[in-house]
Amino acid sequence: MYETQYHRASSVQDAVSRMEAAGEGKYVSGGMTLIPTMKQRLASPSDLIDLRHISEMQGITVNGRSVRIGAATTHYEVASSAALKAVCPAICHLASHIGDPHVRHMGTIGGSIANNDPAADYPAAMLALAATIVTNRREIAADDFFTGLFETALEDSEIITAVRFDAPAKAAYQKFPNPASRYAMTGVFVAKGDNGEVRVAVTGAGSNGVFRQAEMEAALSANWSPDALAHISVDASELLSDIHADAAYRANLVKVMAKRAVAAA
Amino acid sequence: MGVEGIGARVARKEDKRFLTGKGRYTDDMSVPGMKYAVFVRSPHAHAKILKVDATAARGMPGVIGVLDGKQLLADGIGNLICGWMIHSKDGTPMKMGAWRPLAHETVRYVGDAVAIVVADSVAEARDAAEAVVVDYQELPVVIDASTALKAGQPQIHPEAPGNLIFDWQIGDEAATDKAMAAATHVTEVEIHNNRLSPNAMEPRAALGIYDAGDDHYTCYTTSQNPHVARLVMSAFYNVAPENKLRVIAPDVGGGFGSKIYIYPEEIVCLWASKRTGVPVKWTSDRTEAFLTDAHGRDHVSKVKMGFDANNRIIGLKVDTIANLGAYMSLFSSCVPTYLYATLLSGQYDIPAIHANVRTVYTNTAPVDAYRGAGRPEATYLLERTMETAARELGVSPAELRRANFIRSFPHQTPVIMNYDAGDYEASLNAAMQASDWNGFAVRKAEAERRGMKRGIGMSCYIEACGLAPSAAVGSLGAGVGLWESAEVRVNAVGTIEVMTGSHSHGQGHETTFAQLVADRFGVPIDSVNIVHGDTDKVQMGMGTYGSRSGAVGMSAVAKALDKVEAKAKKIAAHLMEADESDIVIENGELKVAGTDKAVPWFQMALAAYTAHNLPAGMEPGLKEGAFYDPSNFTFPAGCYICEVEVDPETGRTKIIQFVAADDFGNIINPMIVEGQVHGGIAQGIGQALLEGVHYDPSGQLLTASYMDYAMPRADDLPSFQVSTSNTPCPGNPLGVKGCGEAGAIGSPPALINAITDAIGNNALTMPATPHKVWAAINAAN
Ligand SMILES: Cc1cc2nc3c(=O)[nH]c(=O)nc-3n(C[C@H](O)[C@H](O)[C@H](O)COP(=O)(O)OP(=O)(O)OC[C@H]3O[C@@H](n4cnc5c(N)ncnc54)[C@H](O)[C@@H]3O)c2cc1C
Repeated sequence: MYETQYHRASSVQDAVSRMEAAGEGKYVSGGMTLIPTMKQRLASPSDLIDLRHISEMQGITVNGRSVRIGAATTHYEVASSAALKAVCPAICHLASHIGDPHVRHMGTIGGSIANNDPAADYPAAMLALAATIVTNRREIAADDFFTGLFETALEDSEIITAVRFDAPAKAAYQKFPNPASRYAMTGVFVAKGDNGEVRVAVTGAGSNGVFRQAEMEAALSANWSPDALAHISVDASELLSDIHADAAYRANLVKVMAKRAVAAA
Repeated sequence: MGVEGIGARVARKEDKRFLTGKGRYTDDMSVPGMKYAVFVRSPHAHAKILKVDATAARGMPGVIGVLDGKQLLADGIGNLICGWMIHSKDGTPMKMGAWRPLAHETVRYVGDAVAIVVADSVAEARDAAEAVVVDYQELPVVIDASTALKAGQPQIHPEAPGNLIFDWQIGDEAATDKAMAAATHVTEVEIHNNRLSPNAMEPRAALGIYDAGDDHYTCYTTSQNPHVARLVMSAFYNVAPENKLRVIAPDVGGGFGSKIYIYPEEIVCLWASKRTGVPVKWTSDRTEAFLTDAHGRDHVSKVKMGFDANNRIIGLKVDTIANLGAYMSLFSSCVPTYLYATLLSGQYDIPAIHANVRTVYTNTAPVDAYRGAGRPEATYLLERTMETAARELGVSPAELRRANFIRSFPHQTPVIMNYDAGDYEASLNAAMQASDWNGFAVRKAEAERRGMKRGIGMSCYIEACGLAPSAAVGSLGAGVGLWESAEVRVNAVGTIEVMTGSHSHGQGHETTFAQLVADRFGVPIDSVNIVHGDTDKVQMGMGTYGSRSGAVGMSAVAKALDKVEAKAKKIAAHLMEADESDIVIENGELKVAGTDKAVPWFQMALAAYTAHNLPAGMEPGLKEGAFYDPSNFTFPAGCYICEVEVDPETGRTKIIQFVAADDFGNIINPMIVEGQVHGGIAQGIGQALLEGVHYDPSGQLLTASYMDYAMPRADDLPSFQVSTSNTPCPGNPLGVKGCGEAGAIGSPPALINAITDAIGNNALTMPATPHKVWAAINAAN
């Protein structure tokens, strides 16, 4: 790791001013992605501005059907929140399968979304739940937020402060883990909103990152059942191929995981 | 056996230290003035070094020195060598290319060391290493062994035209061809044995300390055989003469073979310590370990097995290409030859066998022994072939094996080995019973109703352990003898120290070796210390690999104990005015048999050291040494059965049960044996299901971290059912065979046989990842 200057921000405003004063600053949240990258000398921020101690970015609020999760909330807190489980168990289940206990106690939802790893789990949930990504400057619909591999709509020094969504009528996440990293080799989040809108979001498989599967959404809107997906063939041309799985196999997994998610929802 | 003697389930003495974080590993060592090293490594798989410019690096903060390969050459440090000479079938010696500890002309794999930077801190050394400018001229690359043998491929070493190191054979080709021609059925398969990364929990490390006052070197290092390291570093690498070089391998966190070899780093740290005037410590990081620890396996073989009308095997013909990577590592040549092809008879009575092995240079990390070393390759080949044959012949795989078992001993195979003892049917029956083999059809039908494909597979393995009779291995090309030494020192108060040339890096020697002493003298194991891993404390030893520490290392201890016992009895007889032949040793006392006369053990020891009243002419003291050279290999064998369920939609395999029935000869500590088997099976399952080294065509390592290299985890493994049925080994005084590698040898074919049984497609290579299994299911449909 190269030398860096650590800052503990006390508020969102404080974090932004420290970032603006820094040469090549970076926000750090759980550090589960950023710190290993720095240790490998692939990132070398002059300043690290820690967001985890900002109170307005913490905690889970459930108000009727509307949910707000502070960006600095850990995966463990999401996985174990009774209030959240009561309205959206799917996201708790998702969080409980991220990494290992160490990672879940450090890593945060804001960090995961900001990082937008193509194999990360949360981006699928955000898209399928039609979540709103709340930043210190604006509110961004999930559909507009994830723009590519490790790319988001965030601008320089912009901070995700929370995510918001309405609890779905039905939802589930099914993940087929990569045997080595246990990130998603393919993960599918299906959700049916109270308004009847069906969303199917796929992570781990797309060569351009997380995406929605329109054909499945249409099929499930007509008939919310695993059988509705039986005749869909997933186009492999936009999917990833690597040493663990080729695009054809991932296309198969998209369908199998989607069917299982619908069955589990 | 007593509560702490041979056969007792004694908790490991060393675990207190390991489990409470009190182990002392090479990286824990610290000496005054010590500095830190980082290696500059090649980012290219094959390139000429045009220039190494360290000017900027030398001026950086904290930097003490930057040294390169030309300086190393100028100081007369020798090439790394392979210590086992193999001759090709045309009589020519193997073609070993030069391996410089620091490359100065050509780099041949990604990770090849080019320079060393020594600085006040690791971070400063790393900064400076990045500032060393190496001018490379890239050369074409070849990573696959079969491709490397083809015409027009990049030439990796000038010494080895066409990248062929040797073209070796064993067995009688004419007789085998004749048998094949007469066969009523010939099973033909191509077998791939995947390349593995060893992944010891503790990465390699070295601390080189040069003492200018005495012109003496000390090397702390992660070695399975510190004496061999000293021998090789002084005799071949010209680091220092043996009397000026002390090698210490303190606690070592796993080896699996990868810490047998002498690598560039320890040599360079010692040399750099003299050059810079400071002690120099290097510790590998995990990616460096993936890049530079010697890999294992990487064979491709074509196999033909011929049967007569009664399904008896009448011939076996094997053609193997083994990838040895960019350089010949210390024992790389013997792994795909004498540790592999000599086991191709397996547990079967095969009258004619012929194997041809070509070893090849490629632009990949060196390949050498990894847990099992050659024997897993032989077992996988044979047991996949047997299973395939059973399917083709339409007979039960168990009965095909049973019909071909060797049943009388000693048995001379057509490929050198002379099996001394065994009962293969006993392990087969035990494993079939434990797995409820006969009830499988019901379980399969039940799984089918749930939409799952269930399969069962077995593997009957044999291995050769207890390496090895020195004269025999010498005649086959080994550069060393494979005996072991021990010294038993009884202190004046009766406590005992055992110096052994074996090295424990997870095997539990501090417990099992002490049990041997406790068994002999009836003293508590707490009063026995096992001393190993230091060339200044133990006079000589050949170290630990090839499951040799029990059969060879402990046999040396037993021989030394014989001598101690004889002298102790003489002293006791003298003290009690009895006849030496009437003395028995029990519960820590030397007694006159049939009387109540006794001398406590400690009193006898004290008498030896006070020397006030010893038999006439006897030397004072009580310390005896012995060398033990085995008369044969030992032959552990067993039967493994694995049952799996495959999810046809995803190709994911779940292991439902794994049964191991082993024959390890006599057992010193059943708990440690079970632990060894568990660990071995976990590694075998890792090879079969998860692990595999991948290079891209340009020679970049794609599996350079755990993000991409899949190690087995607890939830990949079932609860193992292990048992032993033991025929004592007639060849050594303890009747032990060795158990360290069996799990890794026997398990991969059982698992692949089970998966291919489940999916109805025999064409599947390791690792059987969900992707590959899914593709194989689809190909079968
Ligand atoms: C061993 C291991 C296993 C893992 N397994 C999984 C898995 O199975 N599934 C999965 O999805 N993930 C997995 N992860 C990743 C983990 O979930 C991380 O926690 C997550 O990707 C990043 O979150 P973080 O809070 O640690 O962010 P950090 O590492 O602190 O930051 C990541 C990036 O986001 C930026 N950032 C952080 N917070 C904010 C914010 N509020 N606003 C703007 N930018 C911000 C940072 O500047 C940085 O660029 C794993 C990680 C490890 C180490």
